[in-house]
Amino acid sequence: MNIEDLEKEKNEGIENLPLLERRKFLQMGLTVTGVFLGGSVLSLTSVSHASDQNTDPEMDIPTDDQYPYPIHYGMVMRQNRCIDCERCVEACKQTNHVPDGHGAYRTAIQERLTTENGSEKREFRPVLCNHCNRPPCVRVCPTKATYKDPETGIVVMDYKKCIGCKTCMAACPYNARYFNHEKYAIDKCNFCIDTRLAEGKKETACTAACPAKVRIFGDLKDKSTEIYHLLHTPDTKIWVLRPDTGALPNVFYMNA
Amino acid sequence: MTNKSISAIFAETAEPRLATPGMNRATIFFLIVTVVGLSCGVLSFIFGHHIIYNNTREMPWGMLISTYAFWAITSTGLCIYAAMSHVFGGTRMGIISNRMVWMSIICIMGAFATIGVEIASPHRMLIYNIISPNPTSNIWWMGTLYGMAVGCMIIEFAGIVTGLARIALILGVFGAIAEVLANSCLGGVFATLPARPYWYGAQLPIYFLTAAFLSGAAATILFNVLAYKIRGEKMSHAVHLGVKSAGKAMTLVLILYAVATFWRLVSFYVGGPELGRTAADALISGPLSINFWVIEVCVGLLIPIILIILSRLENVNMMAFAGFLVLVGQFVARYDLVVAGQIVPQNLGWDGLPPFFNYVPSIFEFGVIAGGIGVVAFGFLMGERVFGKTFTQKEHH
Repeated sequence: MNIEDLEKEKNEGIENLPLLERRKFLQMGLTVTGVFLGGSVLSLTSVSHASDQNTDPEMDIPTDDQYPYPIHYGMVMRQNRCIDCERCVEACKQTNHVPDGHGAYRTAIQERLTTENGSEKREFRPVLCNHCNRPPCVRVCPTKATYKDPETGIVVMDYKKCIGCKTCMAACPYNARYFNHEKYAIDKCNFCIDTRLAEGKKETACTAACPAKVRIFGDLKDKSTEIYHLLHTPDTKIWVLRPDTGALPNVFYMNA
Repeated sequence: MTNKSISAIFAETAEPRLATPGMNRATIFFLIVTVVGLSCGVLSFIFGHHIIYNNTREMPWGMLISTYAFWAITSTGLCIYAAMSHVFGGTRMGIISNRMVWMSIICIMGAFATIGVEIASPHRMLIYNIISPNPTSNIWWMGTLYGMAVGCMIIEFAGIVTGLARIALILGVFGAIAEVLANSCLGGVFATLPARPYWYGAQLPIYFLTAAFLSGAAATILFNVLAYKIRGEKMSHAVHLGVKSAGKAMTLVLILYAVATFWRLVSFYVGGPELGRTAADALISGPLSINFWVIEVCVGLLIPIILIILSRLENVNMMAFAGFLVLVGQFVARYDLVVAGQIVPQNLGWDGLPPFFNYVPSIFEFGVIAGGIGVVAFGFLMGERVFGKTFTQKEHH
């Protein structure tokens, strides 16, 4: 599925949908997946029973108890706001003691040049662990050294159990894992669960450091959070990275 | 049940004729290769894996993983043929099956030696594989099953040596089952990663099993011919028939493997994710193309088929050379498979990345590979020296 090509499709909007369909569609929010060319939500995959708008909506609208975790953390990237200042990268490094060199980083800004209407455009894309609902890294770990935190759904590491087989690195669709040569174990973003959330802070270091408010972090279930609001705003085009892998990521991208 | 002392057992199994100066030199040479080669791997524990090996965040697996897979796959093949001969009879390989069991154990030792220095913290594996197992992990099953397989085969071999045929037979069957399952899980390690389209898919575990039948037959021919070369003896008619059977098996599986390789690559060009297609390009026309066309296809498939035809399954030297070439081809095929799965950047199109990463194994990685070859060669020579009569005793019956 090529998101770029799909983005070029004419957006027919959702206003032409029958009222009932439209209501169902909007209600679906996080369960909508795949492509709805007649609508605006490109791909939104956070629950495993997600399906498109043509199936029984009763099956697709998640209620609170259908979320896999009591607090379901996720992140929205408002991609077009990113200016590549890399304060997020630096804040993450300082907060989480990410070592120098040997490919060690928990979050990064990717960059590419595109051409739009004849003029070159520079595009930035922040990336980090997607804390997938069906995380390939967790499944493959032989010793349960990496696992989903049962309270928050965050994919965390238990360093002492890591044998360094690097299968999780091979399995990750997002290149989110690295060999931490100081800890001598594989390491990754953990949404600052130990360095900030444990202290009662509500944001990750990268989110707090971002001057352009690119990153919005929060509980996907909590209707009062900004992330919930963003993900449920009608007529918003939302996508995830590599939806084809079926990992059901919890980091969502939009231009806003 | 016998009450023979260990020395009495060895007196019956040993082949003192092989204690020649030349053999001793060869044995010591391969022992040195083993020690020096694996020392390169031990350096990784001292200076750090990130310093000693050329693996990166983007390409976490390299030649050590592929070589591990190569030896493990060869071990599986040897074990299956031996067990089939032991259990069902009917194949002429029965007469050489004791040597195949031994070499299956030795090949898996070569695999363990290689992976043992590839894993960053093997000591943690010994603890947490047991107290914190993950039943959804292919790596866990693979390690556990190969461990069980080698345990079964060692007891099986002890049964063969001490004349406890029933124990040998039963453990041989369990060993072979564990080897097949382990091989399947090894294929599954790669086949169940949707992030890597070049690996992902149901074909790969079967492909690995096919490779096991291919490598196992090739190793059977090669090691048996070598065993008679070092004795300076002509192969007996019965052993010749056994080697011939292995030659037939190798020819058949060569064709199956070639067909599987063909369709595997074609599948990437008819659809599916771009990452898989670009990875296939690496073999067809990219940085792995010489490996693929010259070594995998010509050296590992076409020339062996021609040699087998020319040998008419009679000229054992030519067959042994064909077997050797098949093993070379399989070694490179495993390398290409492991590397191609990771060589295309997952975020291609961003950060100005080239379509292929550049991975060249470090000198230390080559050292470990040499160490693994040393383990197998040393094990082969020691096996012939210490258990030589066991390998040939059926001829005299």
